[in-house]
Amino acid sequence: MRKSISNLPFKGTAEQEQKLKQVIEAHKDQRGAVMPVLQEAQAIYGYLPIEVQSMIAEGLNVPIEEVYGVSTFYSQFSLSAKGEYNISVCLGTACYVKGSGDILNKLTELLHINPEETTEDGKFSLTACRCIGACGLAPVLTVNDDVYGRLTVDDVEDILKKYQ
Amino acid sequence: MFRSQVLVCGGTGCTSSNSTKIIEALKEQIREHGLENEVNVVRTGCFGLCALGPIMIVYPEGSFYSMVKVEDVPEIVEEHLLKGRVVTRLLYDETVEKDTVKSLNETQFYAKQQRVALRNCGVINPENIDEYIAFDGYQALAKCLTEYTPQQVVDVVKESGLRGRGGGGFPTGVKWSLAAANQADQKYVCCNADEGDPGAFMDRSVLEGDPHSVIEAMAIAGYAIGASQGYIYVRAEYPIAVHRLEIAIQQAREYGLLGKNIFGTGFDFDLDIRLGAGAFVCGEETALMTSIEGHRGEPRPRPPYPAVKGLFEKPTILNNVETYANIPQIILNGAEWFASIGTEKSKGTKVFALGGKIKHTGLVEVPMGTTLRTIVEEIGGGIPNGKKFKAAQMGGPSGGCVPAQCYDVKIDYDSLIQIGAMMGSGGLIVMDEDTCMVDIAKFFLEFTVDESCGKCTPCRIGIKRLYELLDKITRGNGTMEDLDTIEQLCYYIKDSALCGLGQTAPNPVLSTLRFFRDEYVAHVKDKTCPAGVCKHLIHYEIQEDKCKGCTLCSRVCPAEAISGTVKNPHTIDQSKCLKCGACMEKCKFGAIIKK
Repeated sequence: MRKSISNLPFKGTAEQEQKLKQVIEAHKDQRGAVMPVLQEAQAIYGYLPIEVQSMIAEGLNVPIEEVYGVSTFYSQFSLSAKGEYNISVCLGTACYVKGSGDILNKLTELLHINPEETTEDGKFSLTACRCIGACGLAPVLTVNDDVYGRLTVDDVEDILKKYQ
Repeated sequence: MFRSQVLVCGGTGCTSSNSTKIIEALKEQIREHGLENEVNVVRTGCFGLCALGPIMIVYPEGSFYSMVKVEDVPEIVEEHLLKGRVVTRLLYDETVEKDTVKSLNETQFYAKQQRVALRNCGVINPENIDEYIAFDGYQALAKCLTEYTPQQVVDVVKESGLRGRGGGGFPTGVKWSLAAANQADQKYVCCNADEGDPGAFMDRSVLEGDPHSVIEAMAIAGYAIGASQGYIYVRAEYPIAVHRLEIAIQQAREYGLLGKNIFGTGFDFDLDIRLGAGAFVCGEETALMTSIEGHRGEPRPRPPYPAVKGLFEKPTILNNVETYANIPQIILNGAEWFASIGTEKSKGTKVFALGGKIKHTGLVEVPMGTTLRTIVEEIGGGIPNGKKFKAAQMGGPSGGCVPAQCYDVKIDYDSLIQIGAMMGSGGLIVMDEDTCMVDIAKFFLEFTVDESCGKCTPCRIGIKRLYELLDKITRGNGTMEDLDTIEQLCYYIKDSALCGLGQTAPNPVLSTLRFFRDEYVAHVKDKTCPAGVCKHLIHYEIQEDKCKGCTLCSRVCPAEAISGTVKNPHTIDQSKCLKCGACMEKCKFGAIIKK
């Protein structure tokens, strides 16, 4: 899967670094620690810039290429910063059959960004995701933790307005 | 004692449609009316009828409220819980018959189902171990540890005829006996909860609705093969399931049902959760284990099989969530009971996730051997909007399409393989006449291209080429030779890919080619898409006699492709048209048609 890598400079705080160090310490002796640590690191920073990955590599004493190999393999790991509101459109079979592709197109048109990109003001980012399991509500999109189901293309603009 | 129990679904579907707020509102209203000692609110797992969510059931009456809104809560509390008058307008319409209210189990959706794996889903509070224990929970584990030798446990599972519910259908008892026979200082029991098939949510619902059944079964498996450690590999995309599993494991530890010296028998077993990170290939057994070890989830060649050399190079068994959920019932009711359900070679029941163009989207559990017609027409309520059934996609990206002429095939592992589909984990997506089969095949290939791990060439490059050929056809540039190339390439990939993902990826193409070849031919020869889906092959036309010249279409057209003057018929400039369909949607006179 293609990964877009952030071109914005890394802006981690000392507090975040402190948290990351605690996470690394807690998993240090565990077998197969790279994935759980990356997951927690992403929860701290919101994404996984190379600076964070090198701290993990050093802390767990594994080569950076292994950490990078894992972070680029799994679709859940993001190497670029997400917008304040991340809009995720489900392209699982059930949603797709019910027209979620049109909803994604409408969002690209309205936000002037492609999937996996963030708007210039950092407000919205757009992702196309796999089934989130709410097939009964198809087609579905999520904005951060809010779920919108049984959508039509006409609903999209109103949803965006709520966050502008 | 409570005089009334209010069960509200807390599965992912209903939570997404606001059931958490409904529970809060219920509790608040109940407090306001001073009913907190009389009425109990329980947040359960999935009831199965996700299309009608959020769902609420009030016992002892068994009133089934569907599509409940937060605003409806005061009325339910005041009328039903306080005054004892059922709020008929909110009942699921199928439960209302003349002046009586039918029990849920008499409705079409539930009447033909038989719930074994889902027996506790929507019945108990999954966050309370006592409720599970009250429904015979952990009795099967106790029976194994105190009455059976490990070999006897393996024998019971073998005799039951249980086969893996994750897709392959390998006999579970045989898998266990292979791992039991290997001597090692450490063995592992793993649970595959990395439900990656788009459109499948059986495993999630079991974990959300009845997590202890999986924990109990894994402990039984640990006893049977001689393992003291287990791992549940679950998708991180399932936060509710993960949360309830964590609670369940913690409670089981507190009760001494996990940990050291379980039931005082000297048997030790503990469990850990590992979160997946969104890679479909990790549903393949060797890839899943590589991922638990913390690496890129790439599959390994077999042999050696996991029963010999699995997780951390130790003998390991890996079963799917639904497989485990059957185990405690098999131990308690006996192998013969289980073997009496289903068909000759496929025993027991199977859970299906119904989705797509069907009235009752949701979860159903039926005996093996039930026909597709029964599932779609009777349980699923048929296809909405008076459309015709065209095919059901079963088995996700690894499976195939079951066409209308196979509507009466009895569904079990072997009959599905015969018609080129497969059980898969149980996703069942219904398609009507508006679905283009070439487009669907392309959709699944796009998925597998994206999810291919890239380790072996047939999968990494072969599927990509296959996708390009299909893309060419949907653009109207395909030739008849392309169809032969596609078929040949499919077989090459099936024969040579390293793991299950690659070997089964061509299935959606092969099965649609087999049953819907005429649609492919229409794309190639006539340059038309019979279902009207493939954008490059359709065009919009304005029918002169119906057009009133209202100019609405020309105003909504984003490409300014429609011209005409007021009160005169308009025309579409085909060279500018983007085929977005906005004009057809907006036309009030039905003057615009898609060809």
